[in-house]
Amino acid sequence: MNANASAPEIEIASVTKQYGSGRAVLESIGLVVAKQEFVSLIGPSGCGKSTILKLIAGLAAPTSGTIRVDGMTPQNARETISFVFQDATLLPWRTVQQNVGLGLELEHVASDRREKEIAGLLDLVGLKHVAKSYPRELSGGMKMRVSIARALATNPRLMLLDEPFAALDEMSRDRLNEEILRLRAEQNWTAVFVTHSVSEAVFLSDRIVVLAPNPGRIHAEFRVDLPAPRTSTLRNSPEFDAIVARVSHTMRETLRQ
Amino acid sequence: MKQRAITVLNAIAVFAALVLLWQIILWVFRVPSYMLPSPWAVARAVPARFPSLLNSLAITAEESAGGLAASIVVGVLVALFFAQSRWVRKMLYPYTLLLQTVPIIAIAPLILMWVGAGIPAVTLIAFIISLAPIIANTTQGLISVDENLVHLFLMHNASRAQLLFKLRLPNAVPDLFVGIRIASGIAVIGAITGELFAGSSRVGEGGLGYSILYASSQLQTDYLFALVLAATVLGFSFLFLVMFLEWYFLHRWHESARAPEAE
Repeated sequence: MNANASAPEIEIASVTKQYGSGRAVLESIGLVVAKQEFVSLIGPSGCGKSTILKLIAGLAAPTSGTIRVDGMTPQNARETISFVFQDATLLPWRTVQQNVGLGLELEHVASDRREKEIAGLLDLVGLKHVAKSYPRELSGGMKMRVSIARALATNPRLMLLDEPFAALDEMSRDRLNEEILRLRAEQNWTAVFVTHSVSEAVFLSDRIVVLAPNPGRIHAEFRVDLPAPRTSTLRNSPEFDAIVARVSHTMRETLRQ
Repeated sequence: MKQRAITVLNAIAVFAALVLLWQIILWVFRVPSYMLPSPWAVARAVPARFPSLLNSLAITAEESAGGLAASIVVGVLVALFFAQSRWVRKMLYPYTLLLQTVPIIAIAPLILMWVGAGIPAVTLIAFIISLAPIIANTTQGLISVDENLVHLFLMHNASRAQLLFKLRLPNAVPDLFVGIRIASGIAVIGAITGELFAGSSRVGEGGLGYSILYASSQLQTDYLFALVLAATVLGFSFLFLVMFLEWYFLHRWHESARAPEAE
C-alpha cells in the first residue's frame, strides 16, 4: 500500500448534488476526514447523509465540486473502501462463510488464502458456529455481523457505514457498537458512519457532523473527546449525557429553521 | 407426520366419494357404457391394455419433456438477452405475449405442414406453448436484483460476467422454477393437444392424444377413460418432479421453497 501519509483520508470540497433539474440534495459540502478518524454524519431525513456516503464510495457522482479519497478519485480508491449497507444485503443463496468471502472472491483472491481470512474474520465477529448456515437462519444482529465481517475481509482502510444498525433492537445495537470500536482499535481503519441515533454517534465517534435538510448542508460539528477505550459503562456517565444533550439540541435546531 | 397422514386420508376419502358418485349416476340414469363406462370397467381396461397404454404414455412423456427442456434452454437464453437492457425488453417483450396468446390449435396445421406429423411436430408444439412463462419469470428474476447488492458488487470492481453469474443468475433461480412449474403443466397439455392434430398414425408412435382420438372413434370409452387417467398421472408426475427439484435446490435458502407435499 502506498498510502500517502500526509494526505487526509477524505477531502470533500464544495460538493453539490442534484438529481435531474430538481432541488439540490446537497449544497456546498466541505468535509475533511483525517486518517483513522471516526466521523458520524447525523441529521433528519432528507439531509442527504446517505448521499454523501454514496459520493465518497463513487456510487454516485457530484453535480459540482471534488471528492478525493486518499488523494485519488473515489473510483480509483475503491479497493481500499468497504461499504456496509443499512440492510445486511447478504446473498441468500450463500452460506455465512461464502458471504464473508464474496469480496475476496470478486477480487480473485486464491481460495486457500480466502478460507484462512474467512475463518479469522468469523472468529473475530463471533460467528464461527454458524459458518455454514444460510442468512435466513440468522437473527438481524447476526446478519449485520456477517455484513461487517464481509466488509472487513478485503482489509479496507476506509469503512463507510450507512445506518447499519437502524433496524436492530437496542441491545443488539449497543453490543455491535462496542464491537465496532473494538474492531477499529485492532485494525485502524477510518470510518464515516451515518446514523439517526445521537447516542450511537456520540458513543462511536471522534467527531460528529450535524446536517440540516432542504437542501442538505453541514449545520454544525462536534468533537467528542471521550477517552478510549469506550465501554458500555460510558453510556451512563454524565460526560456522555452532556454531549448527547448538546448534539440533540443542535439537531432540533436544524428542524426549526 | 400426523398432519400428512390426515391429508392423504382426506384425498383418499374424496377419491372414494367421487367414484361412488360416478357409480350412482350410472345406476340412477342408466347411462350406456359406451357413453360412460363404470369405474370398474376403466380399472379393468388399464391392465388389459397395459402395453399400449404404457407406450402412449411414454411417447407423450417424451414429447412433453423434450418440449419443456427446449423451452427451459431457449427461455433462459432469451431472458438473459432481455435482461441486458430496458430498450431490448420494450421492443421484444410484446412478442413473448404473442407466444402466449396465439392459440396453438390455430398454428398446429402450419406446423404439420412444415414438420410433418409425428413426435418432432408435437415436441415443437409443446415447446412453443411452454416457452412464454419461462421467459417472463426468468427475465423478472434477472432484473429484480436489490440495488444495494449491485452496489456491493460494484464496490469490488465486479466484472459484467461476475455480476451475471454470481448475482443475477442465482437471484433468478426461484423465478425460473416458478416458470418451469407453470410450463411443465402446459407442456403436457400442449403435447396432448398437439397429438390430436399432429400425432403420428404409425404403429407404436401414437401418444396419449392420438390414442384418445382413436379410442373415441372406436367407441372404446373405457380405454379412453384409462388414457385420460394416464394423461392426468403424467401431468402430476411432471409437476411433482419439478416441485421436488425446486425444493431440492432452494429449500436451504429460499423462503418460498416448500416440500412438495406441502402444496
